[in-house]
Amino acid sequence: MKRIAGNLLAALALALTVVVFAHAALSITGAGATFPYPIYSKWFDEYKKKNPTVEINYQSIGSGGGIRQVTEGTVDFGASDGPMTDEQLKAFQDKHGFAVLHFPTVLGADVPTYNIPGVTAALNFTPEALAGIFLGKITKWNDPAIAAANKGVNLPGNDIVVVHRSEGSGTTYIWTDYLSKVSEEWKTKVGKGASVNWPVGLGGKGNEGVTGQIKNAPNSIGYVELIYAVSNNIPYGNVKNSSGNFVKADLASVTAAAAGAAKTMPDDFRVSITDPPGKTAYPIASFTWLLVPEKFSDAAKRDAIKGFVSWMLKDGQNYVEQLSYAKLPKEVVAKEEKALAKVQ
Amino acid sequence: MAATTTVPSASPISGSRSFLNRLRDGDEIARMITFLFAASVVLVTVLLIFELWQGSVLARHKFGLHFFVTQVWDPVAEQFGALPFIYGTLITATVSLVIAVPLGIGAAIFLAELAPARLSDALEFFIDLLAAVPSVIYGLLGVFIVVPLMRDYVQPALKNTLGFLPLFTGPAYGIGFLTAGIVLAIMVIPYIISVSREVLMSVPRDQREAALGLGSTRWESTWKVVVPFARTGIMGSIFLALARALGETMAVTMVIGNTPTISASLFSPGYSIAAVIANEFTEATGDIHLQALIELGLVLFLLTFLLNGVARLLIVLTSQRGSGTAHA
Amino acid sequence: MLTMTGVCALVAVSVLFFILGYLVYHGGKSINWDFFTKLPKPVGETGGGMANAIVGSAKLLLLASLLGAPIGFLGAIYLAEFSGSKVAFVVRYAADLLNGVPSIVIGIFAFSLAVLPFKHFSTLAGGFALGLMMIPITLRSTEEFLLAVPRALREAAMALGASKWKTIATVIVPAAYRGILTAVLLAFARVAGETAPLLFTALGNRFWSPGWNQPTASLPEMIFRYAVAPYEDWNRQAWAAGLVLLGLILVINIVARAILARGISVPRA
Repeated sequence: MKRIAGNLLAALALALTVVVFAHAALSITGAGATFPYPIYSKWFDEYKKKNPTVEINYQSIGSGGGIRQVTEGTVDFGASDGPMTDEQLKAFQDKHGFAVLHFPTVLGADVPTYNIPGVTAALNFTPEALAGIFLGKITKWNDPAIAAANKGVNLPGNDIVVVHRSEGSGTTYIWTDYLSKVSEEWKTKVGKGASVNWPVGLGGKGNEGVTGQIKNAPNSIGYVELIYAVSNNIPYGNVKNSSGNFVKADLASVTAAAAGAAKTMPDDFRVSITDPPGKTAYPIASFTWLLVPEKFSDAAKRDAIKGFVSWMLKDGQNYVEQLSYAKLPKEVVAKEEKALAKVQ
Repeated sequence: MAATTTVPSASPISGSRSFLNRLRDGDEIARMITFLFAASVVLVTVLLIFELWQGSVLARHKFGLHFFVTQVWDPVAEQFGALPFIYGTLITATVSLVIAVPLGIGAAIFLAELAPARLSDALEFFIDLLAAVPSVIYGLLGVFIVVPLMRDYVQPALKNTLGFLPLFTGPAYGIGFLTAGIVLAIMVIPYIISVSREVLMSVPRDQREAALGLGSTRWESTWKVVVPFARTGIMGSIFLALARALGETMAVTMVIGNTPTISASLFSPGYSIAAVIANEFTEATGDIHLQALIELGLVLFLLTFLLNGVARLLIVLTSQRGSGTAHA
Repeated sequence: MLTMTGVCALVAVSVLFFILGYLVYHGGKSINWDFFTKLPKPVGETGGGMANAIVGSAKLLLLASLLGAPIGFLGAIYLAEFSGSKVAFVVRYAADLLNGVPSIVIGIFAFSLAVLPFKHFSTLAGGFALGLMMIPITLRSTEEFLLAVPRALREAAMALGASKWKTIATVIVPAAYRGILTAVLLAFARVAGETAPLLFTALGNRFWSPGWNQPTASLPEMIFRYAVAPYEDWNRQAWAAGLVLLGLILVINIVARAILARGISVPRA
């Protein structure tokens, strides 16, 4: 019996060695936002098909995680939908001696999704209604603040179940950034950030977790990236923009939201496009960024990442619309290609 | 068995045997090597405590003892308080014990006193298997079976019957303290059963026989004589179960709601220490945040350390008591 | 009243069968050949499998065993054969302490020791975390089985002139080998299901993890990730993974107990 066990162990070790070392691909690790995860996972899969020697392993742990781990240096690049703050940039600089660069990848939108028994229509939400719900002041679905914008919809008198993110999230950043702009009370009471002190609600992990919660909990409302609502067939609402129109999040309205920013994009690409001007603009849209260190000690990794970003800016953009993300504006793409040269 | 050298030529003055001489007989090498491995266990444990202590130094200095009584967990304002997590951890553990202890002790009594030996062993075999089921599987079942059950049937029923109690108020989310407590109860029951069963079985025969001889019924002798005799050991099993419940991560984070709330209602979502560490650790923005999480880890470690210590003490005390009056 | 206790026992045991039944039903429905051979597909696309997670778990457990088993085994030999009672007390105490540490705290420790200094998440770090958890279980169990070997055996060997280490290697350990094997298997089964420590060490991987220095997927981590996701296909795969994982753990447990039940190879004194 011992001989058999010994032989078995040897065979297993051999098999594992073969599996393990047969793999000569360069492996790059990235981590961060769940907001763009559907398109990123598609991109890395496609990129691998075209470049079999480069494997980009992306873990969606949330934007906060992306920022933290790229700063710690435990991943090769990060991803976040909330741009890094000045303090965070400084922390990175202090730790590494060089900067970290932001590269926008797609445009996406935070949508208010909900699960109200009997309601399949797309509700209209005013900024006041959204702020009130997430502040915990509007507690029932048939509250006048909601009903006023939704005449003709039979809203039940049930308690609203609020769902938010349990971890540091760029999606949260976008949402709270918007609420801070449209509600003074939100701004002072809660503020904007990747992780905030939520007045009410349940926590879900990742966009996936929040979507899962909403799907399973009646009378719930939460904020997720558009594709998560679309691909899971849950209704999402229209939001009133600064021009007074109730706008649905889609390719056109998200692109319109970025139109102004495209022309005035700062060099470091950190910009907020929530609550923008524009009649057809969707008010809760945002860029999402890859966080790439300025210097790489491993030339192979650097070239692989630069290669990917180049591909992403051109061919990669052709995959985004089928997943309900909007393409980057041309001006932004041109600017990024120039900025890519900074990565050494 | 104390270690003694077997070399017959050992001279009375141990230092006169040269080091190389001692090495040659192989025993010394064996002793040194195995000592190194044994010592590494101690080293690793000490290192762990050190890392927890060091890793939380900033947070400990900033918040001091206020950490334990502050309710706010605000990464934006960098204000961190452990109270919601301590509360959530304790509440879910309490709920789990309220369910698991009566069931567990009842089952243990059955297995130790009433079931024929083969049935008892067979059932114990299955109970041990239950203890081997990993936390994430309990979480999986929790999410897809327990949560809908709670949301659609149990919680509304409780609300209708006992809704006047502050314990059962609020909307029925399905997730929350109660659900987490129930899942935890299933997870800790095997510990209560197997330890209590052993402890009960070790109660000397003469105790039972004396009780029966005095005319008590089977139940009376069990409940009034055997169980009290074994009560310290049973208490030990409860502490063991409690220690396990406090440290559970995956199953809890999948059903508790992940919101730092303190609420009298068991229907409310909440958070536990282990769950918040699991969710926020990889992305704690800022050093204070990370260190506050490590401090929570330190708190959890200390809690489980204390409980495990008390548990083992109690179990040892019972077995000593049992053997002390053992029937020859 | 007595029947109540019987009911309690029945409830406890039936939970196990319920869990098993549900997993077999749901997992059985979802399991297919793809599950074992394919990599995960991009988000939202159906199909794919968890081949990388299965291999990842195997690698992690191999590392864990390489760390945990020798330390537990050799440390136990020290405790049982060489040490004085004071040292033995300290080592046992440390082992029991380590055993009681919640797995998430082990994860924190492994992160600071095996991830941060090296600047990346890796299979090695994950294996380290799991190995730490295996140590106390193997140590205490092995020690017990070594101590249970009857005195007569040791004395007979020594009377024949064998040195201490020879006695241990050729007489005592073989006599206790069933128990030691059981200890290692049970420790293995225990850490096979652990998720929390892997969250900060092995992280996760959508592809194969080359070598030992990259993040890797593992069955428990995939179950966690897929169970809380909204995609039905992911949920289905989570059930399948749950079945595979639990099946593995239960089989190991049953085998381990069967080995032990065949008895210690030498009758007790």
